[in-house]
Amino acid sequence: MVIVDRHKCGHCGACVAVCPVYAIELVGTWIEIGEECKECGLCTQVCPMGSLEVGT
Amino acid sequence: MKDKYDLIVVGAGPGGSIAAKTAAEHGLDVLLIEKRSEIGDPVRCAEGISKEGLRQFIEPDKRWIAARTKGARIYSPDGTKIEMAEDMAGSEVGYVLERKIFDRVLAKNAAMAGAEVMVKTRATSLIIEDGFVRGIRGEHIGEGFEIRSDIVIGADGVESKVGRWAGIDTTLKLSDIESGAQFLMADIDFDPNYCDFYLGNKLAPGGYVWVFPKGKHEANVGLGILGSRSGGMQAIDYLRRFVETHCPDGKILEIIVGGVPVSAPIERTTASGLMLIGDAARMANPITGGGILHAMDSGMMAGEVAASAISRGDVSVKALEEYETRWRSTIGAVIERSYKVKELFMGSSDKELNGLAHTIENVDFTELTIGGLVEALIKKNPKLFWELRHLF
Ligand SMILES: Cc1cc2nc3c(=O)[nH]c(=O)nc-3n(C[C@H](O)[C@H](O)[C@H](O)COP(=O)(O)OP(=O)(O)OC[C@H]3O[C@@H](n4cnc5c(N)ncnc54)[C@H](O)[C@@H]3O)c2cc1C
Ligand code: SF4
Ligand code: SF4
Repeated sequence: MVIVDRHKCGHCGACVAVCPVYAIELVGTWIEIGEECKECGLCTQVCPMGSLEVGT
Repeated sequence: MKDKYDLIVVGAGPGGSIAAKTAAEHGLDVLLIEKRSEIGDPVRCAEGISKEGLRQFIEPDKRWIAARTKGARIYSPDGTKIEMAEDMAGSEVGYVLERKIFDRVLAKNAAMAGAEVMVKTRATSLIIEDGFVRGIRGEHIGEGFEIRSDIVIGADGVESKVGRWAGIDTTLKLSDIESGAQFLMADIDFDPNYCDFYLGNKLAPGGYVWVFPKGKHEANVGLGILGSRSGGMQAIDYLRRFVETHCPDGKILEIIVGGVPVSAPIERTTASGLMLIGDAARMANPITGGGILHAMDSGMMAGEVAASAISRGDVSVKALEEYETRWRSTIGAVIERSYKVKELFMGSSDKELNGLAHTIENVDFTELTIGGLVEALIKKNPKLFWELRHLF
């Protein structure tokens, strides 16, 4: 699973744009990560704030 | 809220609001929805726009113009300066906007033209029947709803899902997205007459640093790095480092972040009953990352095509081909060319960037056309610029 640090996230949507399986949704001022996530880590690389991490 | 409209526009950024206004002016019954509770906030933009470009869509108003600049200064890694007059420097230089107000005024103008506007209203999927998009499902302040329409315009920005729901894959590769961070800073040294750009692989790999004035005492200090070049450091880390060395005493009034599509034109932006515009259609300029004007331009085209398709009673993908053709021959041609230039320069070392700056250091940009510039470059540096000769 990808873990989101909500205190760091700037709700910009960059992660949503790169997720190949559409697992991320920017709801309003927070993001949600769905079960589809295959832990590829692309979203963690693009995040300007470094608020995403592939964890267990 | 009614249960049927002629047109639903998803996303009230500059693209969506212009699309909604245009369609309403052409007599369509329009609904414009925005998932945020405040249109335009948080800002995801350095707010630069060319004067001439802006005037095609709206008369400049001092309520949302934070600064007027007379040109751009580009600094190579060794500090060599290239100065360009404002009208030569592309779609991002001229005015610096206050987008929180600007975006809201555009939405208000859509409302004044007759469009219905709903905030805190998020589309969550499309209604698709017999291969035609026939409306959206969503939530309004937490309540689920279904609304039908003849056409849906996806103006939902970089995080766009509307296209994906209709089977158009708009996922960006890491090498086709800039990861950006910006501080609005006060108490720093800058020239309010210029938009400044700093290049260099150490400062901002695969991107650049910008300092855009927002009045006499504040400036947007930000940068973008290519998603594929982040290498352990995120955009915010690069920005902190730049600020530490260039303006350590500045005060940070706002922190904003964002992603900008810098891809080649995507293969399709239409399906039966659907059009994508602006960042949702990946229309930002791959070199500068400027996307406000392309969003408004494509919004106007899509609004017009929606009106004519609905009046003819045919919203099939074939009927919407007119939109594809129009944006590809204008916006698409610009993106295509810029993408090639981006691909050519993206791998440049700091030494090459310096060499480039030295070549054009003394060129007078107030008189030169782009074609003339490329010719001058080829003469001095044939290997690097030969590939550019067909582009201009
Ligand atoms: C750091 C940074 C700096 C930039 N600097 C510049 C610059 O100086 N000049 C320039 O021209 N461009 C710049 N850009 C690019 C520019 O901001 C965008 O190209 C422009 O905002 C695109 O407009 P748009 O209308 O297509 O999308 P947006 O302005 O992104 O609007 C999309 C809207 O859709 C809403 N939305 C998304 N999903 C849904 C949903 N499911 N339901 C309802 N609403 C939804 C969003 O909340 C948002 O309000 C910059 C971008 C970044 C990130
Ligand atoms: S790790 Fe990959 S699959 Fe999972 S949310 Fe991030 S981008 Fe999507
Ligand atoms: S890219 Fe990072 S800052 Fe932006 S919405 Fe995703 S997690 Fe938040």
